Amino acid sequence: MKKALVILLSVIMVLSFTGCAKDREVLNVYNWGEYIDMEVLDMFEEETGIKVNYNTFVTNEDMYVKLSKGRVSYDVIFPSDYMIQRMIDEDMLQKINMDNVPNYFNIADVHKNLSFDPDNEYSVPYLWGTVGILYNKTMVSDTVDSWDILWNEKYSQKIFMQDSQRDSMMVALIRLGYSQNTTDQNQVNQARDLLIAQKPLVLGYLVDEVKDKMVQGEGALAVVWSGEAVAAMELNEDLAFVIPKEGSNRWVDSMVIPKNAKNVSAAEKFINFMLRDDIMVMNANETGYSITSKTAIELLDEDWRNNLVAFPTEEMMSECEFFEYNAEATVMYNKAWTEVTAN
Amino acid sequence: MKKLLKKLYIFLILLFLYAPIIVLIVYSFNASKSRAVWQGFSLTWYQQLFTDSKILSALETTFLIALIASVVATVLGTFAAMGMMKMKKKTFETVRTITYIPVLNPDIVTGVSLMMLFAFIGIELGFVSMLLAHITFCTPYVIISVLPKLYQLDMSVYEAAQDLGAKPFYALRKTIIPQLMPGIVTGFLLSFTLSVDDFVISYFTTGGHVENLSMIVFSMARKGVNPKINAVSALLFVTVMILLLIVNKRELSSKKHAAKNKDTLLNREKQIIKYRRNEGK
Amino acid sequence: MSKRRFAFPYLIWMTIFIVVPLFLIFFYAFTDNASGKTLFTLEHVKAIFQPLYLKVIGRSFYMSLIATLVCFVMGYPAAMILASKDFSQKNTMLILIVLPMWMNFLLRTYSWLSLLENEGLINRFLVSIGLGQVQLMYNNFAVILGMVYNFLPFMILPIYSVLVKIDKSVVEAAKDLGANGARVFLRIIFPLSMPGVVSGITMTFMPALSTFVISRLLSGGKITLIGNIIEQQFTITGDWGLGSALSLLLMVLIFISMIFINKYGDESVGAGGLL
Repeated sequence: MKKALVILLSVIMVLSFTGCAKDREVLNVYNWGEYIDMEVLDMFEEETGIKVNYNTFVTNEDMYVKLSKGRVSYDVIFPSDYMIQRMIDEDMLQKINMDNVPNYFNIADVHKNLSFDPDNEYSVPYLWGTVGILYNKTMVSDTVDSWDILWNEKYSQKIFMQDSQRDSMMVALIRLGYSQNTTDQNQVNQARDLLIAQKPLVLGYLVDEVKDKMVQGEGALAVVWSGEAVAAMELNEDLAFVIPKEGSNRWVDSMVIPKNAKNVSAAEKFINFMLRDDIMVMNANETGYSITSKTAIELLDEDWRNNLVAFPTEEMMSECEFFEYNAEATVMYNKAWTEVTAN
Repeated sequence: MKKLLKKLYIFLILLFLYAPIIVLIVYSFNASKSRAVWQGFSLTWYQQLFTDSKILSALETTFLIALIASVVATVLGTFAAMGMMKMKKKTFETVRTITYIPVLNPDIVTGVSLMMLFAFIGIELGFVSMLLAHITFCTPYVIISVLPKLYQLDMSVYEAAQDLGAKPFYALRKTIIPQLMPGIVTGFLLSFTLSVDDFVISYFTTGGHVENLSMIVFSMARKGVNPKINAVSALLFVTVMILLLIVNKRELSSKKHAAKNKDTLLNREKQIIKYRRNEGK
Repeated sequence: MSKRRFAFPYLIWMTIFIVVPLFLIFFYAFTDNASGKTLFTLEHVKAIFQPLYLKVIGRSFYMSLIATLVCFVMGYPAAMILASKDFSQKNTMLILIVLPMWMNFLLRTYSWLSLLENEGLINRFLVSIGLGQVQLMYNNFAVILGMVYNFLPFMILPIYSVLVKIDKSVVEAAKDLGANGARVFLRIIFPLSMPGVVSGITMTFMPALSTFVISRLLSGGKITLIGNIIEQQFTITGDWGLGSALSLLLMVLIFISMIFINKYGDESVGAGGLL
């Protein structure tokens, strides 16, 4: 009886081990939460026979810590602009051989040669967007066109902020009239104090769940990324989105291959696959974010293409900037954000 | 009247403990994703659950880790306890105190300290690191379960076996291990269930590749209510119920154990409380 | 029979996975390598005594204390009822109280979301009887509720196990000597149950004090406890110094509570033959 149990156990263990180590080629992908049409992964597996091991992170910062301190190895990651700059600075990324990514040709020129990767060596743009205020028209009587409204006591306990340090700091810095990339300790401190002063009015600091909460009408105002707004507005007609007039952040999330990637050729195949027009469209439709490809954009529904939330005019974005990475400033932001959350 | 009030009070406590779980299970059968409306009975979420490769692989990870960790911890811990009995008093005390550290420390401290260790010696956070962490927090429970049995050990049988020419290892297996068995089983079961249940230590000691069930629930719950989690909860709850009923029934029916083990269901919690209270003696 | 070597594998394991990590907490709490060199520093330890972090520590204490108190107020009568001899289905009830503990801790916490949301059951009920919506989530109430829910059985069990062992003849004697019910309780039952109470208090207070999951899920990231700051340092900002210093603080608190328990706790409850 006991022997039988021992044999059974060892069989289970051996089976599960071999189950893990099947000979199939594996690709490890690390992406933002809710940032892909999961069907795309099945299609990729079917077309190439490569198994995709797909995992998600919540913000650039937690992704960075897992990679740098945890030494976790991935083949493709989707960081944002400033984080790419940091990872290049710290020698964490490898150059991508664009010959193996022919679809790179489809990327619109506006998304090329950006400051964080001036020669397009390390990153391939995936989706882009802006940061703004998503609000519920039935709950907000004032005009929403400025970050100021997030400090309006009328909406106390009805405001959602981002649980993402750069985004929340950006809101406060711009409201104070400073640059969102400031490296001035004094300005950072003022922004921190402004966020602390706002805290009693805030209902929650959320990331991925904001969309659901706003659709359900649990909040009146929320700082969100544009794609969340597009998706939320589709589910609830009372919602609207605005890029505040003082300016905001614009961003592009790109695909990169880390230095410690184990399967570079599969990574290149995957990146190329993600740039294919039909795949781009699927992902855009699912996530609500704006595509970086100039050819795929033609395939979107007309409504979608003319949606000013997803594709704002250059004029609407005239005050928008990218985040930039600066090592000393990052320490300041980290500290300031910890202090905001601790308060 | 007084009796009725007492019953009512216990009923209210049970209501408080069970209401959320019942609601969770009921909503796992709701056809709609929203909690706002009941759109009829459906098994959609169960269907989706069994096609969700992420949740399935998390389940596999959870049980695989629990199985390996508890087996390794049981062997490691049992031998450790036997070895400790032969130590000088001072050494013994030191080893025992250190062994208590993972039992008493808040999980978050154990978790981050192991995370720093893995970063420090350069182990990639993933399946292996998580397994090492689980073995680390399970082994002390085995040692603490086995030690008391060693105090009551009857060595004469072992010596007799050796006198009769049994090889030491054979004698050990035939005379000592059976006497320790209750402690070993307790340690194993504690390890297994604690490992299945663990979130905090796993959270800090694994990378994104490998997630256990708790981690999936955490990342899904951060996004709000998800009926698939409700379905997982319902299944887990029913499984645990059935398992415990079987174990309990078997022990109740076998006369030998009937008196001693009628509170099997309480055992784990009692053990944990006992172990945490024992330090410093 | 030289069985001492049986412990060697574990000794090695223990050194690598228990002793070294502990040392690393001390190491990171007291060093800084901002300038590229690793230097001794008291900065991190000093940092946790800044008003800001003292506030977090204070908040953690406050919320865990309230949760413990609520557990005690709810749990003591429950334990008493269960231990009283005229209560028939004692064992079944005890099992029912412990059973939820066998559900995954995260699922237990998560289960409150569907009840507490604005669109959740409680609010729908309140609205339907005309009381209007109440904000139940994202506040202190939700976090304390989560703590009470998760740790209540840990309060009931130890108190119960002390109460059932109280010698009934002592109580009878007191009654015979003319003490009324309240007096018997205050002078005899309660003092005798103290070890269980102390045990229950530490079993609920310590996990509540170090949690980050309950506060994260039920407060929407708004209410920050010691655990949340530690988690943030290790997963987002990468400031291991501060994280380690705070972990050290938690360990000191555990140590203090252990001394407390050994002073006031009862040996017989836990001893179970161990030493």
